[in-house]
Amino acid sequence: MSWASYLVCTFLAISLIFNTLGSIALHRFPDVYTRLHGATKCTTFGTIFAVLAVFTHALYRLHATGDPKYLQMGLHSLVALVALLLTNPTGAHAIAKAAHLSGYKPAKAVIDAYEEKLGGGRE
Amino acid sequence: MPFIAAFIWSYILWLALTAGTNGLLWSTQELIAGVIFSAIVAYTTRNIIGEKAGRFLNPIKWLEWIAYIPVLFWGMTKANFHVAWLVITGKIRPGIVRVPVELENDAQYTIMSNSITLTPGTLTIDACPEEKALYVHWIDIPPGLEKPESSEPVAGPFEKWARRLGR
Amino acid sequence: MIEPVFFYAALIVMMAGFLSVLRILLGPTVPDRVVGVDTLNTLVVAVMILLGAAYDRTIYIDIAIVYALLSYIGTLAIARYLQGGLT
Repeated sequence: MSWASYLVCTFLAISLIFNTLGSIALHRFPDVYTRLHGATKCTTFGTIFAVLAVFTHALYRLHATGDPKYLQMGLHSLVALVALLLTNPTGAHAIAKAAHLSGYKPAKAVIDAYEEKLGGGRE
Repeated sequence: MPFIAAFIWSYILWLALTAGTNGLLWSTQELIAGVIFSAIVAYTTRNIIGEKAGRFLNPIKWLEWIAYIPVLFWGMTKANFHVAWLVITGKIRPGIVRVPVELENDAQYTIMSNSITLTPGTLTIDACPEEKALYVHWIDIPPGLEKPESSEPVAGPFEKWARRLGR
Repeated sequence: MIEPVFFYAALIVMMAGFLSVLRILLGPTVPDRVVGVDTLNTLVVAVMILLGAAYDRTIYIDIAIVYALLSYIGTLAIARYLQGGLT
């Protein structure tokens, strides 16, 4: 076991904890918006650490073997991470807006300023 | 200018995707094919990107983005432990609040919305540039903050960063 | 060798994916199901990256990039359909 293996295992553990937590949040919260909170934040964070684990593994193997395959693996996983970071919050925002516009109210809400604004616009 | 910006960024992406074809560097065929494909992409998207494309080529802006990464990452770490705590205890006080912001253009609104979606307890539902406000679903509203006066309790330092980055 | 670590990690992420499939099946409203699909997309991207490292195949990671971008477009299309703008 080298230092890289410990680093990879730590990253993978963090990634697994938060990915599983994101899926549990889907069953723990009462309505669409709160579920989106858990799903978007936790799975994005978990996937960041999965990519970091793969990147560390690829760098270590590149250093050990000198095979360019591992350079490609590291760079491509970083590109996948950037694509995911750009698209994930935008998709969550689109779902939340669509859910509110199609009439699903947030459960147990103490205030709903967006409904007041939409109600003023419809009059 | 949009042509040059799109060309350079597509070529950088091409170089990242094809590294390692000749040893650890690029083979000559890949480099030439990259020039051709980047030129095609840049020519077809020259009207979509807009006139302010020069800011994609500004090195100061790149450094600011790199300086932004630790701030965003720290925000995401706090957000995840917050959500983990909420998942375990189940005590939530959700609601949709209207947050007034002082931003100027669409890029700033995009950066601000995406950042506060990834940071503690908040999720952007709609952005209204005409009334300078964001509508934010807040999962755990502190008592007394149902109508926040500024974005400070909601987004922390991100409004300042969005104003600087999207200029 | 460290590759079995990635394989078992991918297995656990797949189990988390089954939880979100359960939400798609149970979900009382349509947006609940869409949230389940969105979560499943992110988890599938993570599984593909981990499997690419486990089997030493870079091509899996390329597929993960394409899948992330295409699933985003799918989510946007469903969201537009829900708010009644897909004309």
